[in-house]
Amino acid sequence: MKLMNTLLATTALGLSAGAASAVELTFVSWGGAYQQSQLKAYAEPYMAEHPDVKIIWDESSAEAVAKLRAMNEAGNISWDLVDVTVSDSIRLCDEGLAREIDFDTELAPAPDGTSATEDFGNTLQNDCFVPQIVYSTTFGYRTDLVGDTPPTSVCDIFDLAKYPGKRSLQKRPIDNVEWALYCDGVASDDIYSVLGTDEGVEQAFKKLDTIKDQVVWWSAGAETPQLLADGEVVMGSTFNGRLFSAIAEQNQPIAMLWDRQSFDIDGWIVPAGLAPEKEAVVMDFLKFATDTQRLADQAKYISYGPARASSAPLVGKHADLGIDMAPHMPTDPANATNVQLYDYSWWADHRDDLDAKFQAWLAQ
Amino acid sequence: MSETIEAGPMRAADGTPLKKSLARALRRQKLRALALIAPLLIFILVTFIAPIADMLFRSVENQIVSDTLPRTVVALKDWDAASDEAPGEPVFAALAVDFQIATELKNHTKLGSRLNYEDPGISSLFRKSGRSADDIGKSFMDRFVGIDAAWKKPETWAALFGDDVWLADATAWADAKDKDAREPAFKLRDGVGDALPATAETYRTFARAVQAEGRKGLVETKPWPVLFTALSQDLTSATPEALAALTDVDTALLQQAATAVAGTEPFAYRDAFLAIDKGWGDVDAWRTIRAYSPRYTPGYFLNAIDLEKGADGISARPDDQKIYIKLFIRTMWMSMLITFSCLLLGYPVAWLLANLRSSTANLLMILVLLPFWTSLLVRTSAWKVLLQQQGVINDILVWLGLVDDGNRLIMINNQFGTITAMTHILLPFMILPLYSVMKTIPPSYLRAAKSLGATNWTAFWRVYFPQSVPGIGAGSILVFILSIGYYITPEIVGGTQGVFISNRIAYHISTSLNWGLAAALGAILLAVVLLLYYVYDKIVGIDNVKLG
Repeated sequence: MKLMNTLLATTALGLSAGAASAVELTFVSWGGAYQQSQLKAYAEPYMAEHPDVKIIWDESSAEAVAKLRAMNEAGNISWDLVDVTVSDSIRLCDEGLAREIDFDTELAPAPDGTSATEDFGNTLQNDCFVPQIVYSTTFGYRTDLVGDTPPTSVCDIFDLAKYPGKRSLQKRPIDNVEWALYCDGVASDDIYSVLGTDEGVEQAFKKLDTIKDQVVWWSAGAETPQLLADGEVVMGSTFNGRLFSAIAEQNQPIAMLWDRQSFDIDGWIVPAGLAPEKEAVVMDFLKFATDTQRLADQAKYISYGPARASSAPLVGKHADLGIDMAPHMPTDPANATNVQLYDYSWWADHRDDLDAKFQAWLAQ
Repeated sequence: MSETIEAGPMRAADGTPLKKSLARALRRQKLRALALIAPLLIFILVTFIAPIADMLFRSVENQIVSDTLPRTVVALKDWDAASDEAPGEPVFAALAVDFQIATELKNHTKLGSRLNYEDPGISSLFRKSGRSADDIGKSFMDRFVGIDAAWKKPETWAALFGDDVWLADATAWADAKDKDAREPAFKLRDGVGDALPATAETYRTFARAVQAEGRKGLVETKPWPVLFTALSQDLTSATPEALAALTDVDTALLQQAATAVAGTEPFAYRDAFLAIDKGWGDVDAWRTIRAYSPRYTPGYFLNAIDLEKGADGISARPDDQKIYIKLFIRTMWMSMLITFSCLLLGYPVAWLLANLRSSTANLLMILVLLPFWTSLLVRTSAWKVLLQQQGVINDILVWLGLVDDGNRLIMINNQFGTITAMTHILLPFMILPLYSVMKTIPPSYLRAAKSLGATNWTAFWRVYFPQSVPGIGAGSILVFILSIGYYITPEIVGGTQGVFISNRIAYHISTSLNWGLAAALGAILLAVVLLLYYVYDKIVGIDNVKLG
């Protein structure tokens, strides 16, 4: 029936002889394998169902917040759907640059009828953000450079005696200060209240000081896998999907250290102020692309966990390699025994302040 | 004027005085010349000067605070910022109206993120309070609706605050239900602004917001809860005469409400805000709001030079946050080093290019230009492969036995990495101007010098070198100015000690969104460059700079 409708619609479209113009949408994402997985899992199936919709990709997610703000000031928004991290979505929502979304009416419920709000659960972080995947920043290490006892705890990062050599960390305070405090004996639940004080920040930097001259700081996700592959570092943090492709697709002598992996969420926002006709198409796509099956489909191409609880059982095998994807998901119970939960609202408040301190600390 | 015309002896052919005629011809010529350059001028103005001016303006602009919290800012003037107590009831009463309006317009979070740059924590105070801000208004609403159910109706409010003519038009528009027509623009009733100032102002904001959205008319839209807050405040302070002076409205309704409001306990605004979030009792938050309430602020510039503006004036930032001055100095110093190493490497190459046979010179020229045409990122990444500890250079040194395998040289992620990679990348900008200047120096001068008995060195130093100085000047300016603005290369190979001020500017533009601070840093960088340019002009003379 659906096919019939589509065919009829297409014919009607063809008959109206160019009068009906195709809808052209610009989606913004991170490029690389991640964007490819979105293309395969969401965009291609959608375009197959809606031949009048054409999707163009822009790889600007890293500068999405600044660009959206500039577009908004210029009064000309040329993006229709933007893939961002939660912390960026908080900024966009705060600035009124992202449209608020009514999750239960505008998104698809789970197949068993569970409402979208319940299905997404605590991945929903603010009124504008539709979660897509759960990824984690975690460590990988060179299996041939760590001796006979591979690291099992995140605190091995700080153990220069046991694991000499360089390690790579992201050039920002987020995650690093939490790991530092955790390994300095602060209880998991107290990390943010300790970080809220000047002494706590000092304590974190003091812990980081112990390895400071052995750290290579990275700013692009591809750097750690490269540094590991070159043998420049013994261990390093990066996004788990990057490590997966270095291990499973490129067969590098690298292994995952899931301990204390730091969960983060990536998802969509719809820019505020789209033209109503366009917005309707975008919302339709969004409903399609964030339903249970589509989120599970994305896991065929990349090792990031679907944000919906109902998608987890549907995660299958890798599209090319044919390996089971579930054990490579950050959300897999075996991997998620000790997880660092990111406090978004704490970071929204303290990010700029801590970043200034972090940069000053780096420059010392 | 008429006298000159009568007395003027010289006249042009058409009878106008010659002076006037000449001036007109000259003006026409000037206009024509201006018209010819106008496209370029307008292009430069629109695409270059205006955006830069706009960006620089942001470094002092701070209207968001007084625009979002206008009443609060005024009320705060009476508060003693040095005291250890949060402001009193009048400030919170003003805040109740301002903050609810801001949440309706979704401006509160914008202000929160602006103020968060100065006082970490304000952004979530504003965000969280936004969710329950209209609780205050709703409690007032319940009071008013309890007095008379008519207060719930949009029509009551429209009739009270709308101009009669507008009201008739708007009602007609609402009845017609014509989708394409817009609701007639709201007009405030005469006199109501004097009797009920805060409410009239709030209603006008409400009307503007409703009409901008354009979905429903004013006579059909439920009044914002904040209107009840404002009305209650107005009725408390309004005199009965002022209310009586209002004609053509339901004064009985107002009088009744005024009497009822006067009869109830005054509303505890402060407690209401503290119930929403304890943060409102924090003196520091209030000091920040007060310190940043003027429409223009030196705050960003102070931040950009490691100072801060607190309640008690300007003070130095704590040591663990000082970074910008250090970065400015590092940027200048390293850029000079890069310029110098470019000159050192580029001068002999340019000399070779200018003095070899043209076929050989062309080949060499291609070798200079080829990297110039290669992508910046590719070249920078190539340096990574060469310089890293397991990289090509270290491998060769270890293989030659010059370096011990356990002690490989650290040549990247430090200043050495930045200087090496940037010298390579900017080298063509030094070689090309040098080459084009050297090309114009006749070789016969050197021969003449030598034939007069000069040694090679004297001939070069006294005859050739002085003539190549304009090329050195041009190349150095180009390389220096380009390098202080670089940020991609330092970001990739600079590690922690080799990054520039531009990296922080880029961070504030694209990640922290603190455009004001980025603009201030940019303005300082621009000022420093202009200053250096001036000094350079005084010492070398800008007329001595030649690109060819």
